[in-house]
Amino acid sequence: MEQSLLDVRNLHLYYATRKGVVKAVDDISLSLKRGETVAVVGESGCGKTSTARAIIRLLPRNVHLYRGSIILDGKNIMELDDERFRKDVRWKKISMVFQGAMNSLNPILKAGYQVAEPLMIHENMSKVEALKRAGEALRMVGIHESFIDRYPFELSGGMKQRVVIAMALITRPQIIILDEPTSALDVITQANIMNLLKKLKNELELSYIFITHDIALSSELADKVAVMYAGEIVEMADAETFYVKPSHPYAEKLMASVPTLRTDKQLDFIPGAPPSLIYPPPGCRFHPRCPYAFDKCMKERPTAVDLGSGHYVKCWLYA
Amino acid sequence: MSEGEMILTVEDLRKFFELRKGLFSKPVYVKAVDGVTFTLKKGESISLVGESGSGKTTLGKTILRLYEPTKGKIIFKDKDVTHLSSESLMWYRRETSLIQQDPYGALPSFLPIRRIIEEPLIIHKIGDKSERLKRVYDALSAVRLTPVEDFASKYPHMLSGGQLQRVAIARALALEPELVIADEPVSMLDASVRIETLTLLRNLQETRKISFIYITHDLATTKYFSERLFIMYAGKILESGNIRDVIMKPLHPYTQALIKAIPDPDPENRKVLRDVPPGEPPNLIHPPSGCRFHPRCPYVMDICRVEEPPIVEREKEGFVACWLHAKH
Repeated sequence: MEQSLLDVRNLHLYYATRKGVVKAVDDISLSLKRGETVAVVGESGCGKTSTARAIIRLLPRNVHLYRGSIILDGKNIMELDDERFRKDVRWKKISMVFQGAMNSLNPILKAGYQVAEPLMIHENMSKVEALKRAGEALRMVGIHESFIDRYPFELSGGMKQRVVIAMALITRPQIIILDEPTSALDVITQANIMNLLKKLKNELELSYIFITHDIALSSELADKVAVMYAGEIVEMADAETFYVKPSHPYAEKLMASVPTLRTDKQLDFIPGAPPSLIYPPPGCRFHPRCPYAFDKCMKERPTAVDLGSGHYVKCWLYA
Repeated sequence: MSEGEMILTVEDLRKFFELRKGLFSKPVYVKAVDGVTFTLKKGESISLVGESGSGKTTLGKTILRLYEPTKGKIIFKDKDVTHLSSESLMWYRRETSLIQQDPYGALPSFLPIRRIIEEPLIIHKIGDKSERLKRVYDALSAVRLTPVEDFASKYPHMLSGGQLQRVAIARALALEPELVIADEPVSMLDASVRIETLTLLRNLQETRKISFIYITHDLATTKYFSERLFIMYAGKILESGNIRDVIMKPLHPYTQALIKAIPDPDPENRKVLRDVPPGEPPNLIHPPSGCRFHPRCPYVMDICRVEEPPIVEREKEGFVACWLHAKH
């Protein structure tokens, strides 16, 4: 079997708040091969972005628990101190396109400078050289090099998003975390950005962790899918399996709520809302909303069941 | 579909916003809505689809007379409401209603839900206190926020996004309006809540025979909630027709691009690139000459750059505004 590039094992990230401990990421495991994309899907507030932040170690101050192992290229990067992590891993090996980042560009700095900045900071490169590389990066994302001297206000939404992607590319990382990379864009612009991400993935053999609440969109990139619910990964499956027939009742319901353009189907929805991450329900966290819930689901927490070829489901129906 | 009385007729409606660049310079105009014509039958639900900046929100607000139209005509129930004022405008406000995108911003945070829904009843001097309370409870139970007494005394921050949007719907329907415009009513909600909210809205629309305009950028949801579709681009309607017809057989290159751009969940998607035009919608101060889509159109011809496209009838119903389909 091909070796994993990234192996996340038993990752936890809890936050301390005045109301109690928020279990945002609660014992998740996932692995990623070179050139592979895993999509992390789920409703808002289920821990998708916290998972990303735990992997790239950009944590808020109120961390209560941060534990688990993250093996990158055979090395456990959880053991690195913050300084080493910043120098050797963040942006160099793993970079990220943040949600809404296109609106966080510095309005008084030229686009090219903002793309070049990671090189000057992380690789102590001279400004002239870094700007040259920024020009190359802009060309890779389909923006003419002359745009290096433009300010963000001179760029359209789609172009700003390309600039943000260029920023994530410039240090030539192996893994890019994409957190809702097209959330504020129009559908045609979104399709263009997805085309770009597909091309970059093939040309540079990039691995993506693609975070989105949009299941249809996730299928544009995903080789495999991790479904998150209340801080846990409840199903992990390859694209061929997942988009045809998801197994976990939550994933099944989520898929049934996706309106399709080309086919007609009966739309369904999940009544209720995701639970509090401070006091998650006992047993299976989905049981209060699950149409198939039985006694055991209310008492015992399901463990991951291996359905073969990397397909895991956390559900008592399959135990 | 042919019978049934008209409730709304919009004729060549335009809304320009003035932009003054300097104190002495000539004003320039943002042509947000630039010549829109359509009709809506009583009890019918239509969808108006466009990308951001296409003018769909401005069109909705102009129809409701939240903006003063620059040109054109709005006929509601056989009455010209284009330039109504004071007393009669109050009547129009009671007959129509708007549901907005952001329920967090649309509901005052300092009022309890009961008072929020009661507000339009107070403004329009409807009933006494106990009668109004009854209507508030009815409205809450219609949007399934039960037990109603509990929800009535809550404040907006105590509710989830989906629940808030249902409060906004309850408020919009409190005066039993005949025409409701919902502007991206679910785009801020989670996927599963979206369908729940749209289903509720559709049921209310059908049982109360409300005439309904659903404004959205999300083409995939339209066919579940209305019958007719209007595609808007840069202030104009480029194509209209029966929703399934248009989706199965889009005639305008822009509609075709829009449909190609939208994925359905499918593991094959990741292996192919989508055939969509580059570029983004034009600015509306100096929109492109001729057809507004011509700079991005893969089939552009010389005439498209110069002359506005003709309106060509579609086979069953609706039209397409495109030179490719002009009859010679």
